[in-house]
Amino acid sequence: MIIICSMELSEQNVNKQRPVYLDLQQIQFPATAIASILHRVSGVVMFGAIAVLLWLLATSLESASGFQSVAELFNALPAKVVIWAILTALAYHLCGGIRHLLMDLGLFEGSMESGNNSARVVFAAALILSVLAGIWLW
Amino acid sequence: MVRNAATLGRSGVHDFVLLRASALVLASYLIFLVGYLVLTPELTFSVWQNLFAGVAMKVFTLLALLALLIHGWIGLWQVLTDYIKPVGLRAFLQFAVNLVLLAYLFAGVVILWGV
Repeated sequence: MIIICSMELSEQNVNKQRPVYLDLQQIQFPATAIASILHRVSGVVMFGAIAVLLWLLATSLESASGFQSVAELFNALPAKVVIWAILTALAYHLCGGIRHLLMDLGLFEGSMESGNNSARVVFAAALILSVLAGIWLW
Repeated sequence: MVRNAATLGRSGVHDFVLLRASALVLASYLIFLVGYLVLTPELTFSVWQNLFAGVAMKVFTLLALLALLIHGWIGLWQVLTDYIKPVGLRAFLQFAVNLVLLAYLFAGVVILWGV
């Protein structure tokens, strides 16, 4: 009886508004969350990148000298870096999109782990494509 | 039934289907173009112009740009509704985004017209 009384007392003393301790070095996003946000980031990046790609298409189809100037641009380092970044975003968005379509077909639904693993496969595939794009450009 | 005037489809299901249908067009265009660029031994101006001179490639390109309009409209609507809370700012950004996507489509028509 004494014990019960003291428990009730201690519960009354607990401050309900006390701050929550979040150890930011312990908290990590799961692979699925990173896959999701990267899909959005790469999508927004490409929305802007299309302007660059359309400009390259217009210039390269305009005339032989226009084609030549685009070809020379592909040899300049700053342009190479920009195009490589665009291709990387494109590669990631394509791989992530294929994962989404496979999920629509009912794949990776078994467990949280299969979702995390398929997200990691997408990271690896995008990384390989990004490296290949770099090799192709340089 | 909840309807949102800012997105493209007539309903959430319609948006879902439109997003995936446009994704298939965009993915096939991307894979074709990358495959072409990688497999063509020496890309010259005449080879490049010849590719886009054909009716099929013109139509494929315009289909891809139409798919981009649909895909970007729905996709960026999703992003904007999640992160931009002030209604006026969001409405303006959606207006601007959709205008740019339409401009991309029309730019494609003009670029391909004379090829």
